Amino acid sequence: MKRYSKIWPSIVVLTVVVGPWWLAVVLTHTVIFPTPGKVVLGTLELARDGTLWEHIGASLFRVGAGFLLAVLFAIPLGLWMGWVHGAYVTLNPLFQILRPISPIAWIPIAILWFGVGNASPIYLIFIASVFPMIVQTTTGVHTIEKRYLRAAENFGVSRRKLFLRVVFPAALPQIIVGMRIGLGVAWLVVVAAEMIALRSGLGYLIMDSRNAGNRYELVVAGMIIIGLIGLLLDGVMRLLEGMKNVRWRYVH
Amino acid sequence: MFIKTKIVVEDVSKGFANDDGLLAVVDDLNFKVGDGEFVAIVGPSGCGKTTLMNIIAGFLAPDTGAVKVDGLPRSAPNRNGVLITQQGSIFPWLTVRQNLLFGLPEELPNREGLAQEYAELVGLQGFENNYPHELSGGMLKRAEIARALVVKPEILYMDEPFSALDALMSLRMQNELLRILAKERHTVMLITHDVEEAIHLADRILVLSPRPARIQASFDVPFAHPRRVSSPEAQALRVAILKQLGVELV
Repeated sequence: MKRYSKIWPSIVVLTVVVGPWWLAVVLTHTVIFPTPGKVVLGTLELARDGTLWEHIGASLFRVGAGFLLAVLFAIPLGLWMGWVHGAYVTLNPLFQILRPISPIAWIPIAILWFGVGNASPIYLIFIASVFPMIVQTTTGVHTIEKRYLRAAENFGVSRRKLFLRVVFPAALPQIIVGMRIGLGVAWLVVVAAEMIALRSGLGYLIMDSRNAGNRYELVVAGMIIIGLIGLLLDGVMRLLEGMKNVRWRYVH
Repeated sequence: MFIKTKIVVEDVSKGFANDDGLLAVVDDLNFKVGDGEFVAIVGPSGCGKTTLMNIIAGFLAPDTGAVKVDGLPRSAPNRNGVLITQQGSIFPWLTVRQNLLFGLPEELPNREGLAQEYAELVGLQGFENNYPHELSGGMLKRAEIARALVVKPEILYMDEPFSALDALMSLRMQNELLRILAKERHTVMLITHDVEEAIHLADRILVLSPRPARIQASFDVPFAHPRRVSSPEAQALRVAILKQLGVELV
């Protein structure tokens, strides 16, 4: 019963959104904007002929590749910057300048460097997700409580053990927060990146549906699918926050 | 009573820079701790007790003077003397067992068995695979004591170890500590503001003055264990110590 009481308000909100939308389309006799029903039919059509899964697969592949590269780059770098003061002082200003530049602004350069294949959106996703992860990882190391470092010092452990058993696990909750943020922006950016020139992906689906005959029901369908997958990806990242060795940071 | 001297604190002074210049926190402190002796240091809050403990345990270098352990100057902490503080430092990302294993060298034979033995010694059997956030405050203290003892240190430095616990749990942990120390003799330095705790546990009590910390008085605690802090002799000692701390009991 409790589960239902949690879901109910969301259902009410959805009805409040969908109901007037449907009504407005019907009352205004618009021919171009779709009703929710047409959106559902459009989605089913895409699912049936298989193109939906191709687009989703292409988008997920690009996000996965860009995000993974960003993780591999950001976490070691963030740990290093957090631990070595000189590295932080040297590199932090550079990243603080690069960070506020929207990944969209990188599109021309991405095309110049990587052409219009998969490499361009992967690069854009990398750029989008790498900075939040660097920042969070660095913060994770900077905020390690001194008492833990002193305990490690007291037991006289090797540098390797200090790193593997104290520094990394102590920073891990923050690293996971960074990964959650990073994946969120990565998903935001993939759509923008795919609007450029590629032949697949959810972003392409949206632009193509508009260009090829004003199929606005497919445009809206693409938007909703993007939203749902974003929610799903965030849910996966939240599973990481439930791991027993990081929960100490989140439960209080 | 104590044949060998374990710790010598020699002319130790320490100050910190502040807006008005140098603030003396510890001023020319001298005392010795015997091998296997339990010395408690009591003093008003803010008198520099923790600074003193950090110097003795090797985390902080004194401005002048030296701390010698077994005749050798100590400049850095090591596992021969483990510090236990009020906040505790059990790693929340490791299980109880992993915490106990932390200080043990990888090449040590039977590390697992040793960790198990000490988990049992402090009464944590059955909780070895639990994470700290699943334990109560008292159990965390037990884990902390077990993690300190498992590396077989000769000295325990305890800085207000039970102050964060409620009164009942603090008493319980004091009894636990005595029970454990009866099994394994360690040299112990305890810093506390709780005079009864000092009388309950220590062989000797040093009273520190307000900042800068100097030794103002020293009391032997001649009572055999188990002690009753409510006994007239113990209460007389308590009154005398409190008087040194500026508290007159009527």
